[in-house]
Amino acid sequence: MRKLLFKSLLRSPLTEPASDDQAKLDEVASKLQRAARRRLGRSLSIREVDAGSCNACELEIHALNNAYYDLERFGLRFVASPRHADVLLVTGPVTKNMRQALERTYQATPDPKWVVAVGDCAANCGVFAASYACAGPVSAIIPVDLEVQGCPPPPIKILEGLLTLLAATNAAQAKVGA
Amino acid sequence: MAWLGEIMRQRPLDDVLRPYARVIADKDTWQSAAGRLAMGEARLLSLWAEPDAVHMALETDAALAVMSLACPGGSFPSVGRMYRPALRLERTIRDLYGLRPEGCPDDRGWLDHGRWGVRHPLGAGADAPAVGGDTYAFLTAEGPPLHQIPVGPVHAGIIEPGHFRFSANGETVVRLEERLGYVHKGIDGLMIGANLERAAKLAARVSGDSTVAYSIAFARAVEAALGLEAPRRSVWLAALMAELERLANHLGDIGAIANDASFSLLHAHCGILREQVLRTSAVCFGHRLMMDRVVPGGVAVDLSSEGAGAARALVRTIERQFPELVELYDNTTSLQDRTVATGILSPALARQYGAGGFVGRASGGSRDVRKAPGYAPYTGLAFDVPTRDQGDVDARVWVRIEEVRQSVRLVGQLLDGLPGGPVRADLSRPEFRKPTAEGLALIEGFRGDVLVWVRLDPDVNVLRCHLRDPSWFQWPLLEAAIEGNIVADFPLCNKSFNCSYSGHDL
Repeated sequence: MRKLLFKSLLRSPLTEPASDDQAKLDEVASKLQRAARRRLGRSLSIREVDAGSCNACELEIHALNNAYYDLERFGLRFVASPRHADVLLVTGPVTKNMRQALERTYQATPDPKWVVAVGDCAANCGVFAASYACAGPVSAIIPVDLEVQGCPPPPIKILEGLLTLLAATNAAQAKVGA
Repeated sequence: MAWLGEIMRQRPLDDVLRPYARVIADKDTWQSAAGRLAMGEARLLSLWAEPDAVHMALETDAALAVMSLACPGGSFPSVGRMYRPALRLERTIRDLYGLRPEGCPDDRGWLDHGRWGVRHPLGAGADAPAVGGDTYAFLTAEGPPLHQIPVGPVHAGIIEPGHFRFSANGETVVRLEERLGYVHKGIDGLMIGANLERAAKLAARVSGDSTVAYSIAFARAVEAALGLEAPRRSVWLAALMAELERLANHLGDIGAIANDASFSLLHAHCGILREQVLRTSAVCFGHRLMMDRVVPGGVAVDLSSEGAGAARALVRTIERQFPELVELYDNTTSLQDRTVATGILSPALARQYGAGGFVGRASGGSRDVRKAPGYAPYTGLAFDVPTRDQGDVDARVWVRIEEVRQSVRLVGQLLDGLPGGPVRADLSRPEFRKPTAEGLALIEGFRGDVLVWVRLDPDVNVLRCHLRDPSWFQWPLLEAAIEGNIVADFPLCNKSFNCSYSGHDL
């Protein structure tokens, strides 16, 4: 283990090596940091809720935690309880069997709170539209502040979505303040 | 084990299904098959229904066949009564089609939580109103020191929803009962009448982590029904995608299991390798999870030389970095302390349920449908099926570790031997128009064998489709494996099983 730790200490960080994504990610990173700090101090807590997804969106949301995207460097982190959350990241067409659980999770999240619907299913039920078992897109059940489309959206898109949300909530707050 | 062959000789056969035989069963044959399953003389591959009939696919060492029973009275002899692994499949048939399993020991709904606004949505009398409500009688465990811990459907991590009801004596789990069905999206119903393109998309979204395996299984079932073979190059490319998917999932799982024992170093490094597999997949096939890339008749995208180069580079990276991670896992005693002898699944139980994938192969099983019955291109490739006997979390980690090595071997062979030629057959040709055609396929996904059965109409639209996730025969085993362990080890056990919620709930 020591060998591996030393090696990791000595080599340059993996967090996005030079690639096409790099410039965009840097841009996202710096904006996100500024926005998150202005709005909520140094941190923003996210609670993920799978309301009927096929699990593909969850895999890509998971990837935000890996060394390439390293979500926590922006002060963004996933939390285990909606009571600790500022943002609900909701995936899937909301199934009728999950509707109540989603509503309760929303109610358990303290104000101010935002909801991001991640993936095509969350936005419009995707291929599962018109099923007897689906209650509708996330916006039909709880208020949605932002949709991130894709099937599934790649991690960088989800990150950009979070930035957009932060920028929007900041603008709204600035207006109220003025 | 010759009994199945005997039945196939005695009973009339229906020749609509390809490539396997279908026996037209009567109640006696059906019941005797259930008895054979109970005696361990066959393995249940699946049990499914349509409004007026039930089907079961079963396998012995000598044969694989489907048995069909008409249900004119709206009922059929329960298989679960004698053979427990069929129980949840049977409860699902009752929920969706309204067919009654006679003598079924469990009256509770399974996927139907009383919230659909309709009962038996796919059955003959589909529009009876729902009974409503959310009462579910969990099995009890009684005694003064016992308490219950309800968990879910919304869990603490970024995972799928399901409910776990623990009965615990202090820290020790006395009984775990699962309640699933929360992500039931009605896929069987959506498949009815879907054209091939839409149906393939639905199949690709049954379980997102196994999208390639499901797409291959659906494509092979359709091709079998139509009597068509996909072009050779496409079959090899599909296998390449399947191995990339296996690599990504196993690497993710090994890290996640370590993470559930709070060993984040291994998680971080495995996460890096997993991300590299996903990025390589995107370079090769234009999508990180390779969704909708395998379609009936072949594959939707060809592999460029740039893609092949990226895949070769990935193989070299994993070969260089993975051994260090294995050493790290093997030599970290605090981690081993959590995984060794935790969540033991006995070989006898794994065998009874016919569990596939790493769950079965870590408990003495050796089943891998790439080897038997076997399918192209694996029949011509060199790879081993790693197994363990201990049945604990550690064994399930080791099976994954060794499968990573095997998949790396396979990716190399697939790239070396990739044949040329077209990658997609034209399914609109008139020779594929048939009165009714049925196909069945078994494909080895990362967590075990995926079964797809499909019936097509003369215009090549889907009449009925049944997709069976390997998790159906693994979820019940988790309940057994956790018994006697401490509650705090449940995440570790659950992750080592990594059953699919969406694939099971459909």
